[in-house]
Amino acid sequence: MVNDKVTVSNIIEIRNLSFGYKYHDPIIDGVSLDIPRGRFIGLLGPSGAGKTTLLKLILGLNKPWNGNIKFGKKNDRDKTKEFPSIGYSPQAESVDWDFPITVTELVSMGLWNASGVFPWINNNIKKRIRILLDELEIGKYHNRQIRELSGGEQKRVFLARALINNPDLLILDEPTSGLDPLSREKIIQKLIEINNSGITIMISTHDIDGVAKKIPWVICLNRQIVSQGNPNVILSENTIYKTYGLKE
Amino acid sequence: MDFLVPFQYEFFTRGIIVSLILGAICGMLGVYVVLRGMSYIGHGLSHAVFGGAVSSYIIGLNFYIGASIWGFLSAILITEINKRYKIKTDAVIGIITTAGFALGVLLMNVGYSPIKNFESLLFGNILSVTDFDFFIILVVSIATVLFLFFYQKILLFTIFDTDTAKVYGIKTDRTDIIFSLVLAGVVISAMNSIGVTLLAVAIIAPAASARLLTNNFSKMLILSTMIGTITAFFGMYASFYIDAPSGSTIVLFGAAIFGVSILYVYLKRLHHMHYHGDKKHSHSHIHVDEHRHEH
Repeated sequence: MVNDKVTVSNIIEIRNLSFGYKYHDPIIDGVSLDIPRGRFIGLLGPSGAGKTTLLKLILGLNKPWNGNIKFGKKNDRDKTKEFPSIGYSPQAESVDWDFPITVTELVSMGLWNASGVFPWINNNIKKRIRILLDELEIGKYHNRQIRELSGGEQKRVFLARALINNPDLLILDEPTSGLDPLSREKIIQKLIEINNSGITIMISTHDIDGVAKKIPWVICLNRQIVSQGNPNVILSENTIYKTYGLKE
Repeated sequence: MDFLVPFQYEFFTRGIIVSLILGAICGMLGVYVVLRGMSYIGHGLSHAVFGGAVSSYIIGLNFYIGASIWGFLSAILITEINKRYKIKTDAVIGIITTAGFALGVLLMNVGYSPIKNFESLLFGNILSVTDFDFFIILVVSIATVLFLFFYQKILLFTIFDTDTAKVYGIKTDRTDIIFSLVLAGVVISAMNSIGVTLLAVAIIAPAASARLLTNNFSKMLILSTMIGTITAFFGMYASFYIDAPSGSTIVLFGAAIFGVSILYVYLKRLHHMHYHGDKKHSHSHIHVDEHRHEH
């Protein structure tokens, strides 16, 4: 899958991607796009537009009907790393919040193969997790069960799991859904801070005013790419109508 | 009554040792079965192996061979069909495993005169455990403990968040199959002692009780193992005095502990009932100090 033709400046290149869950009914139809390194991208669209599907295709969780996805090496000299390391956080709806694990145990899953063969979490990993949780302002909950946290705190725990392995690319599916405006704003600001440290970020959202307009680069998606660019430029009434399938 | 009387008999002492080992293993494994939401698979696999056991006995092979082939095949079929087709797990388990059980019933009744009394296979008889049975139980138990010990992180990640586990490089399909095979192994090793019709509860009841009593995974694992061991011991002990199949008494003790756990949780909720203004309610909260709590 390593492709020397991928531009060094791009972390992902997608060409002519199509996929659906039923035959002859694609959810993604002929999508092509480049994800430059270090960019913070928001995938904007209504439910069923293909946002989660596109993210899952990038993550390799589904195989496209046609088209391809190519990943760029960290740099031309990096022979050891064929693919960018990815941190991923799924939609909240897919999580079993009653599962009996603590915040630390959940975050440690992001380092499952770096923490030895024994089932317990070693002290170095615990320390590393605690530092990250403190940065996300949820350090005091490190021993709490995940069901005991608020919605915003739960989102930050999943963000911690996605960040703990120092990824090149962060993929977050609806990281602000169901949050109050203050919690949502805190998450967005945190992501901007993370992006400024050099990590490429891709999130999905259906929230235009609360999220999309605050992200540097937005891709409007509804089976195909409707438009992409600076949200202050591209999010015209016409684009929003086309993205959300509304009649003018 | 002298409670040490049964221990005068070597067969009983061996039976107690077997019951303790099986109780612990079922308790341990049951945690993962319950958390995966696949409690029905233990029930199903125990029925499936019955067909294999009877088939191999009738053609003159050690019944472990047929039970293992049928049990492992069923475990793989269940996992693969569930993954590849739209059919839900409970339907797949119900069809494949009940068919296995039906095969066993058919073979028992159509023109054959089985020498072995299959009643112990159906309802369990720890006291009839042979040296070979004990060896199988020991080997399977050690293998299961090692698997659960070294695979715990992978299993938890796979159960809790399968998609993310895949993204992070875990071979979740392989993990599912290996887990199913380990479960099948425990079912096969325990079927003579606890009985195929009762084994599912022996696996699930301790874990379900532990889940009621704690929200912490490590505590759940320890509790479930302890409950499995205790119910196996007392069930075995009771079976001696009332002359009943050991499988039935072990399962009834397990069910009783489950009932007690539910009662405990209910009473605990009542105790935590409190008032906000004129509204009485009960919900989880954290005690900050003895005089106040936070919601």
